[in-house]
Parts: sequence; C-alpha cells; structure tokens
Amino acid sequence: MTDITLDRLPHVEAASLSYLTEGHTLGSWLLTTDHKRIGVLYALTITFFFFIAGAAISVVRLELVHPHGLFITDEEYNRLFTLHGVIMVWFFLVPSIPTTFGNFLLPLMIGAKDVAFPRLNLMSWYIFVAAGLVTLYALIAGGVDTGWTFYTPLSTFYANGNVIAAAAGVFIAGFSSIATGINFIATTHMLRAPGMTWTRLPLFVWAIYATSVVMVLATPVLAMSLLLIVAERWLGMPIFDPANGGDPLLFQHMFWFYSHPAVYIMILPAMGVASEVLACFARRRVFGYVAMIISLMTIAVIGFMVWGHHMFVAGQSPYANLIFSFLSFIVAVPSAIKVFNWTATLYKGSITLKAPLLYVMSFIGLFTIGGLTGLFLASVPLDIHLHATYFVVAHFHFIMVGGTVSAFFAALHFWWPKITGRMYPDAWARIGAMTTFLGFMVTFLPQFVMGYDGMPRRYHVYPEQFQPYHVISTIGAVILAVAYTLPLFYLTWSLRYGKIAGDNPWHATGLEWKTSSPPPKENFEHTPVVTEEAYFYELEGVEDNGS
Amino acid sequence: MHPFALYSTVSGYATSVDNFFFALTLLSIIIAGLVFVLIAYFSVRYREGSPHSGGRRPGLELEITWTAATFFLFLFIFWWAASSELQALHAPTNTLDIHVVAKQWMWKIEQPNGIREINEIHAPIDTPVRLIMTSQDVIHSMFLPALRIKQDVLPDRYTYLWFTAKKAGVYHLLCTQFCGTEHSRMTGRIVLMTPQDYAHWTSTQQPAQSLASQGEGLFRSLGCSGCHGPNSSVHAPDLAGVYGHAVQLSDGRTVTADDAYIRDSILLPRKDIVAGYAPVMPSFEHIVSEDQIVRLIAYIKSLSSDRVLNAKGERK
Repeated sequence: MTDITLDRLPHVEAASLSYLTEGHTLGSWLLTTDHKRIGVLYALTITFFFFIAGAAISVVRLELVHPHGLFITDEEYNRLFTLHGVIMVWFFLVPSIPTTFGNFLLPLMIGAKDVAFPRLNLMSWYIFVAAGLVTLYALIAGGVDTGWTFYTPLSTFYANGNVIAAAAGVFIAGFSSIATGINFIATTHMLRAPGMTWTRLPLFVWAIYATSVVMVLATPVLAMSLLLIVAERWLGMPIFDPANGGDPLLFQHMFWFYSHPAVYIMILPAMGVASEVLACFARRRVFGYVAMIISLMTIAVIGFMVWGHHMFVAGQSPYANLIFSFLSFIVAVPSAIKVFNWTATLYKGSITLKAPLLYVMSFIGLFTIGGLTGLFLASVPLDIHLHATYFVVAHFHFIMVGGTVSAFFAALHFWWPKITGRMYPDAWARIGAMTTFLGFMVTFLPQFVMGYDGMPRRYHVYPEQFQPYHVISTIGAVILAVAYTLPLFYLTWSLRYGKIAGDNPWHATGLEWKTSSPPPKENFEHTPVVTEEAYFYELEGVEDNGS
Repeated sequence: MHPFALYSTVSGYATSVDNFFFALTLLSIIIAGLVFVLIAYFSVRYREGSPHSGGRRPGLELEITWTAATFFLFLFIFWWAASSELQALHAPTNTLDIHVVAKQWMWKIEQPNGIREINEIHAPIDTPVRLIMTSQDVIHSMFLPALRIKQDVLPDRYTYLWFTAKKAGVYHLLCTQFCGTEHSRMTGRIVLMTPQDYAHWTSTQQPAQSLASQGEGLFRSLGCSGCHGPNSSVHAPDLAGVYGHAVQLSDGRTVTADDAYIRDSILLPRKDIVAGYAPVMPSFEHIVSEDQIVRLIAYIKSLSSDRVLNAKGERK
C-alpha cells in the first residue's frame, strides 16, 4: 500500500464533519464553493437532463415501430429528435463525467483542498443551469427542427421554431465548459500535493486534464459558428447563404472542428474511469501506464485534425477526403492501444466481479465495437454508402452511450460509497449492469444491419423492409429504459438504508480513499505526501519491481 | 422494390464495396472476439483467490508489438479503402447526363431528351450514367443504396454522382441530408432498364423537345446569341466545342469548361474571364432559373457533341 502521511480522524467524528453535514440549508448548497457539493449539484442537474432527453427519444422509438408512424406528426418527430440530440450532447454527455466526478474527485485525487478557482467553479454551474433552461425552453416551447447539427442554410433561412434561442442556450453552455476546463487545468498544474508528480497521477486525472485542454481549445469555435448562425438568421448578415456569396459548407467545417473533438470530450473521461476501476478490481497496476498517458494526449491532439471525415459526401475535395480518412485511422491507433492495455491489466490479477467492474467491462466491449465500426466510417467508399444511415447512429451510440454512459455508471457505482458514505446492494447493481449491456445490444446492433441496408437516419416514415429491425430496436430501448431507471431506486434506497461504507470499501489506492467517506469539507486533515506511484496494489509488491 | 440488399450486385462498384465491407466485418469480429474472449478468460483464470494471480507481466516489448501491429493493420485498411476510392473518382467521358434539381421536398429529374420526371430516375444499365445535381433551397443528399453511392446536393453549386449499373430493377432513391419537415418523404425510385427498354421508354413518353433544343431557344430569347453567335459584332468567345475543354483565363489559370464552369459563367461572368476578352458580359443571376441553366448547358454541350472527345478532353 502507499505510504501516505495522513492523520485520519476517528470515524465517529468524521461522520459529523463530512461535506454533506456542513450546512443543511438550501442556501448552503446553492452558495457553496466546495467542489464536492458542486459535483453533486451537477450530478442532479445532468440526471434531470438525461431523463428529459431520454423521454424524448422514447417517444421517437415507439413511433418508429410502424413504418408510417403511430401518433405524432413529421414536425413533432423532428423536434423530438432535435431535443434528444441537443440535450444529450451538450447538457449530458459533454459535462457528464468531468463536471460530476471530475469536480468531486480531481482535488481529492491530487491531494488538494479544492479546485484552483472555487467561485469560478460555482459560476460554471450557474451558467450551465441558465443555459440548460434557455435551451430546454426553446426546444419545448416553439421547438427546433434542425437536428443537433444546425446545418445551414436549413437553420438560417428555412427551419421553423426557436433556432436562435436554442443556439443561444448552447452558446452560453460553452462558457461553462471553458470555465470548467480552465479550472481543472489550473488545479492539476498548481495544486498537486507534495510528491504527486505527473507520472504518479491517477489516469483519471490525466484523462480529465486532456479533456479540459480539448474543451478550452474547441469550445470557442462552436461559439463562433453558433454566433454566425444567429447573425445570419436574425440580422440577415450573409455568411453561409450561397445566394449572397456565402458558403454553407463553411458552417459544417466550423461545426465539426468543435464537434469531433467534442466526441473526445465525452470519451476521454470515460477512459479514465475505466482505468481506475480495472486496476482496483484486478488488484494490479494499469498495464502500460505511460502508454495510456501518451494515448490520451495523442487522441486529444489528433482529434483536432479529423473533422473532415464527417464531410466525405458533403462536397469537399476527394483528396481532402483521403487525408481526413488517413488521419482518422491514425487517431484510432491510440484507442486500440488503450483497449489492449485494459485487457492486459486483468492478466495475472486477482479479479472480483463487482458492479463497477461489470460496468467497465461493458464499457470496454461496447467501446471496442464502436471503435471498430469507426474504421468502417473512416474508409471513404464505405462512408459514402453509410453516411447519414442508421449505421452511423449505431456507431456513435456505441461510443457515447455504450462507452460514456456505461463509464458514468461505473464511476457512480465505484465512488458512490465515497460520495455518500453508504454501500448500495451489489446484487441489484450487478443486475443493473448486465441489463444495461443486454438492452444496449438489442437496441443498437440491429441498427448496424438496417443502416447497411440503406435505412437513413432522421426518418419519420420509412420503407417497410426496415420494420423488423425497428421493432427489435424499440424492444431493446424498453429494456434499456428499465436498466437506466433501476439505479435510481436502489441508490436512493442506499442513502438511508445502505451499509456504512467506511473510508475505503474497495481497498483501493488513490488519495480519495485515504480520507473519510464522505470526505470532510477540507478533504484532508493534513496535506498528504505521496511517495509511491499510482495503483500500487498488493499484487505489484510480489514483482521484482513496480513496472 | 428490392427487398433485402445486404449484398448488392446492381453494379460492379457496389459489389466491390460489399466485398470490402464483409472483409472488414470479419476482421472486426476476430479482433473484438479476441478482446472479449481474453476478458472472459482472465476473469475466470485470475479470479480472486486463484493460485495464478500475481507475478511479472511483460512490459514495453508487448506495448511496442501491438502498437506497431495496429498501426500497420490500420494503414493496410486505409490503403485498401483509398485505392478503391481513387479508382471510382473520375467518371468516364461518354456518360449519359441526367440533371437533378432538388427542392423541399421533391426531386426534379430531367432526362437528356427533355423528359421530366418527379422522384423517379429512369436510366439504362451497361451505360455510364452521370447525375448533375443542384438544389433550389437547403442541402439535400442523393442516396442510391443499391448502388452504394451518395452525394450531398448543394444550393448554387453542382455536385455529381456517376454509376454503371449492370442489373435492371427498381431500387430506392432517398434523401439523406436532413432537409426539414418532410425529409423522410423526399424519397423515390431509380428504375434501371436494359438499353433497349430505356430507348423504348423514352420513345413512349410524351414527345418533348430535347433539353438541348429547348436550350437553343433560350439561347436566342435570353439574348446570348447576340454576342456569342457566329455573326455577332461583339467580341465574345465562340462556344462551339468549348464544353469539356481547357480554357485559358485572363489571370493565367486554366480551367476545364464543365457544367459548373458554364453555370458560373452565366451567373457570375466576372469570376472567370477568358483570356483575350473584355469582361463585358452581364450577370444572369435572378434572371435565369436552375431549370433554364440546365437547358442552356445542354445546348452548349450539344455544340461539342459531334466531336469525339478522348479522356484528356482534347479534340481528335
């Protein structure tokens, strides 16, 4: 185990001093600058958005059971999938792991008292909530039917509804992303405890760091492109309108310059979670720790150079297509390396299949399928056929839902005892993990097949030959809905009736487990001193050295 | 409609795409299978309390091995995809050109002989066919799944698709760029026929003037012939034989006079000035419609059609 100089308080006293008991009023939560409370606030907020966006797509999935639809109009259908996309991307997936677990854990993991700018942190949350409410209002009252991609000239001249308000909401949310990113970068650079060198950082910290860099660099470009939409739609400034010498493809270039890196904003933190959980339940160091860091940073950098692969059929030069295709294959290499390293982490370990590990295994499996189908889409001739079909829908849901959401649930189950001080019933959680995996596969595997067969995405009515796939997909979605709701019940139950967790129920390494559960407001009684590398689990001790 | 088309033999290109797809699927199943089997195997063999747990694991050598292996495997897949893409890049020069104008939410088709169709394309097999496409409003996308091809259709610009089908039949035509309320209803059919059936079909349609002869009428009524005609006193380029050929511009560039070039010359005459001529032509933007431009291009094209063109676009 690690050698950490840290005086721990007795349990009785610790319980009375946790961050949760530092004030019980609503004001003590809404005006808090404690990163842990802000993490909890974010968790509640994004859970709300997750279920709103989930409800929207449930209606869509039910509607698709019949090739001519069942109960909504074309317009309503378009608004529902737009709502689903906009809310899920910007108000669940992008903020998901960084703002909740990143906020809660980053200072704990590096041995700090809080993030570098605690008040900026609280402001980020307020900006996020305001942005979310503006966007949600725009999407529900009035509605937007452009899809989450806001392609011009549809969004600037032809779409009905509150495009300007929705774009403004997403624009505002960007400031929250940027502020959080800057905060995390500063925290990682400035506030590491003595001995916590860059090569001793847990991979989750590295992942959050890489994500923050991408957030700070990419989000302004999204802000620009949304602002230009508003300028053209509202003020009539000719920017993307070809009739006035504008270029509609310019928007797509700008949009994907953000939105492709945004995929990495969603998946890099998930990769960090996977590394933490695997090491703990295999009782081994993450295999290839340095290779994992290099992979994270490589993905973050090359992720900025692959946006053109969204535009193979958009009318860009065929030679540009080949360059973007090549770079997309290159960015897939570090992702593959990570999958191999996670698999190898289990090798010669001592494995217990607890709920967090099941979620992570589900993450690895789904991410692998999502990644491999990414190679199909990186190949120009296949993408020409598959672009804008359900194959693409299935592919990015494997990455974002199969990957990111599974990892989010893994993180929730892994750090729940730290956050709340209580254990949940592991059997229920394992059932939840397996149901999620099953529901996910049933929902999205048929979409690969119908996509290859030519089923376009964003279709309200569709040729009858695709009906069987849609029916199976909807059945899967029902299973998935149950699986996602299940934790609401047993986790809520555990808050009151769950077994007291103790400081370190998983016997994990990492500074967050060296303090009490839930941690006190100041995180640590004394600043910890780190003398060991990350993940120095007991099985590493029997080796010749820690490599 | 074709019921189940996971393996398409409608064109040679479609079959080659499918072969690549299924090869890549097989490879993916092997890779994913390997990962899944290893995770399951490790979970059992190294379960808690197992005597096999612990001990030294390989390090850097394994890391370098699988990094290099992955890199070269991906490079190989890229090479395979890229080379098949490059082969399909350029259409042959002797294509049958069909014009497509997309608008919310319909496809307007114009056959070379002037037959108009809505949401339906009749085309012969065993013949290279080219679709010359533009949009009147938002971005649409022409998707012909049986042929495994797709191309976005943009306002104020031409984009192209070409194919040589080899199997007659009726197949889907779908819009795959979200274009507003009735996007999912912007669908139709492509009817691939033997050249004999196609000739028969064109002859049974109501007699129409060919696009080129309609274009000739426009060429006169819009006043183009006043300058570009053979007896004009205005110094303007002779358009006979210009289509498909290299044109020397006044700024030193050389461009090929294709559909997009002619369209630009009509709407934005000052963009590409032919060397040796004064920029005197007025713009016809907002004067001619997309449909009329299609006809004008067909006419200008017909001025070259009596000459045989080789692949480089030079006269023989």
